[in-house]
Amino acid sequence: MMEGFTLLDPLTLSPPSTWQLLFEFWQFNDMNVLWVLMGSILLGVSASVIGSFAFLRRRSLIGDALAHAALPGVMMAFLLFHTRDPLVMFLGAVTSSFIGFFIIDWLPKNTKIKPDAALAITLSFFFALGLMLLSFIQGMEVENKSGLDKILFGQAAAMTQEDITLLMYVTIFILIAVVLFFQKFRLIAFNTNFARSLGMAVNRYELLLALLIVMSVVVGLQLVGVVLMAAVLLTPIATARMWSDELRNILFLAGAVGAISAIISTQISYLAPAMPTGPWMVVSLSSLFFLSLLFAPKKGLVKRYLMQRQLRQKVLEENILRTLYKLWERSQFEQNDFNISDIQALRAMSTLNLRKALKQLCRRDLLKESARGFRLTENGLEQATQLTRRHRLWENYLNEHLELSPDQVHSQAERIEHILTLEQEKQLEEELKDSRKDPHGNRIPDAQVRTQTGSKST
Amino acid sequence: MNDVWIIATASLVAISSALVGVFLILRRQALMGDAISHSVLLGIVLAYLATDSRSLTVMLTGAVLIGLLTAWLSDTLHKVGKLQSDASIGIVFTLFFAIGVILISIYAGQVDLDQECVLYGEIAFVPFDTIVWGSDADGIEIGPRAFWAIGIVFLIVLTSIVVGFERLKTVTFHPSLAVSLGINVVFWHYFLMTLVSMTTVASFDAVGAILVVALLVIPASSAYLVTSSLKGMLWVAAAYGQASVLMGYGIAFLLDSSISASIAVTAGLLLFMTIVVLEIRKKIFGKQIKEALKAS
Repeated sequence: MMEGFTLLDPLTLSPPSTWQLLFEFWQFNDMNVLWVLMGSILLGVSASVIGSFAFLRRRSLIGDALAHAALPGVMMAFLLFHTRDPLVMFLGAVTSSFIGFFIIDWLPKNTKIKPDAALAITLSFFFALGLMLLSFIQGMEVENKSGLDKILFGQAAAMTQEDITLLMYVTIFILIAVVLFFQKFRLIAFNTNFARSLGMAVNRYELLLALLIVMSVVVGLQLVGVVLMAAVLLTPIATARMWSDELRNILFLAGAVGAISAIISTQISYLAPAMPTGPWMVVSLSSLFFLSLLFAPKKGLVKRYLMQRQLRQKVLEENILRTLYKLWERSQFEQNDFNISDIQALRAMSTLNLRKALKQLCRRDLLKESARGFRLTENGLEQATQLTRRHRLWENYLNEHLELSPDQVHSQAERIEHILTLEQEKQLEEELKDSRKDPHGNRIPDAQVRTQTGSKST
Repeated sequence: MNDVWIIATASLVAISSALVGVFLILRRQALMGDAISHSVLLGIVLAYLATDSRSLTVMLTGAVLIGLLTAWLSDTLHKVGKLQSDASIGIVFTLFFAIGVILISIYAGQVDLDQECVLYGEIAFVPFDTIVWGSDADGIEIGPRAFWAIGIVFLIVLTSIVVGFERLKTVTFHPSLAVSLGINVVFWHYFLMTLVSMTTVASFDAVGAILVVALLVIPASSAYLVTSSLKGMLWVAAAYGQASVLMGYGIAFLLDSSISASIAVTAGLLLFMTIVVLEIRKKIFGKQIKEALKAS
């Protein structure tokens, strides 16, 4: 009879504090702890990396189905050989996972059943079969049967030395395979048809990829469990994707995410041996995911929100500047002194927003407070002129080159004036050498000092 | 008598799931059904911990809220996080399920649930948990709790489908037409998700969180293969569900295995047989057509 790891000394009568336990954990006095930790880190890394390819192939939940499909294999192996030898279990699980994989593949190709339904059917059928066999085994009079149900939710503490040795061999094999076939897998993941046209034996590599996924799923069952294995394949890549766009970096990050969650969950398993490990791994993975989703430097939601707000603010301010230019133009360039209701007469804006924006513009030295309200400063004038110029140039361009009628061009120019660059402005000017007026008959202001070349032309 | 209660409960579970499952299959949301049936666990545990009661209303409310949250959060992650839709579903339901399992193991002493029954349900024990009508002393036993729970949900599902049949049909087959007709497609989506949550939670006692997925998708898929109208598919799916219950119960009796697992396995075997029959028919018809072509 094989014995599970006892991570906690059962003789300790007064339970030591959490910190004491953590301290003990990191001292690695218990070699077993070190083994379990290393095993789970390796699993976290390899599952995350191989799961990334499944994700990129748009088969994110394949791991879920394959993990469920492994269950009857484990039970069958036990029924046939009456042993809990890790290798036998492993082979049984791999076999039935692979059958599951083929069914998922076969059903949508040969029947009306859609891929998502095929996945759900395979998953639930195999799982039911596994549970049926498990309940059958539990009714039998055999030895060694206790602990079989641990693979449902995973229990790091129940792993044996043999389990961990096998886990290490398999995960290292997976990692080596990924390194060796990185280029091929990448090509298949991003463009299967292109890979095929290059004469690659795509089917063979897909099969290899499937085998690697199956292996990492199966070997992870004791740590994470059947039900939640999907998350270990899927969540790390979803997290890593928030941080980078380059596949190599993403894979490293995904591996790191997997490793971190493995460390966290192993510690919890050490502190509370009765706790199933799998759920804790999933919770730590998901926490990392949601943190990244919110706070990742480029693609995080907070960053995106801030950038959007910044853009909105910029558009608002520029709209005000342009409105002021128009007012100034209407007074035949004499009266540079406006109040809020002047602005609102030309452009609908809430007073509150307008006040805030005006204050901001004053602070940036584009406006100055004056007798009636505000006046454009030198800088403000320059920027307002440039914006108006871009707006009207664009209107002209649409009118002349795209033959849009004058009443169609305004709203488009309204949007583009904020993002046109100096370079584009010059190009427009080249294209429209003769035009001095926009389609509505307003004069296009000359470029300011900063764009010397502009003012020289015509 | 106990057998009758068990079979009656299982039949209601299978038929309600099959009816709801038809819409999941047709709308290609089988995975959403999978996700909701997992998340419901968290709803049940939270509802129990919050109110300390296992009344049907509390469980249904908790499950429906969590079910809708799952659907909404997956949808939001898909849109805002720019993730593939099945990836976002996977992230959400594994998290909810994990939290559910953790809460169960933390409050193991308080919650009348364990990891086992989450997986299998305990349909064999269904007859022993009865509702007593009237005061405890001289009330009348009116049957198992689980039976009444799924009975009520079955009526809700049936009524919704009968009353909303035309709407559901339009939304299912022509979503864009439905939009142009002014039908609130989003409402019907979440309505369907509510039905799924209610069915799974009411089935929870009987078959557990995961086997209900089998009953949701497998009979409906079998029916999908052999029918060509929505009404026909609903009837045939229900029939497949009922057949799985009867045969599954027999198998469980013979093998002394878990009843709920055997029912789910039978559903799968029936689907398998359906596919085999269809394939054989395809071969024979294919031959006949070829011969007919040769002869002409």
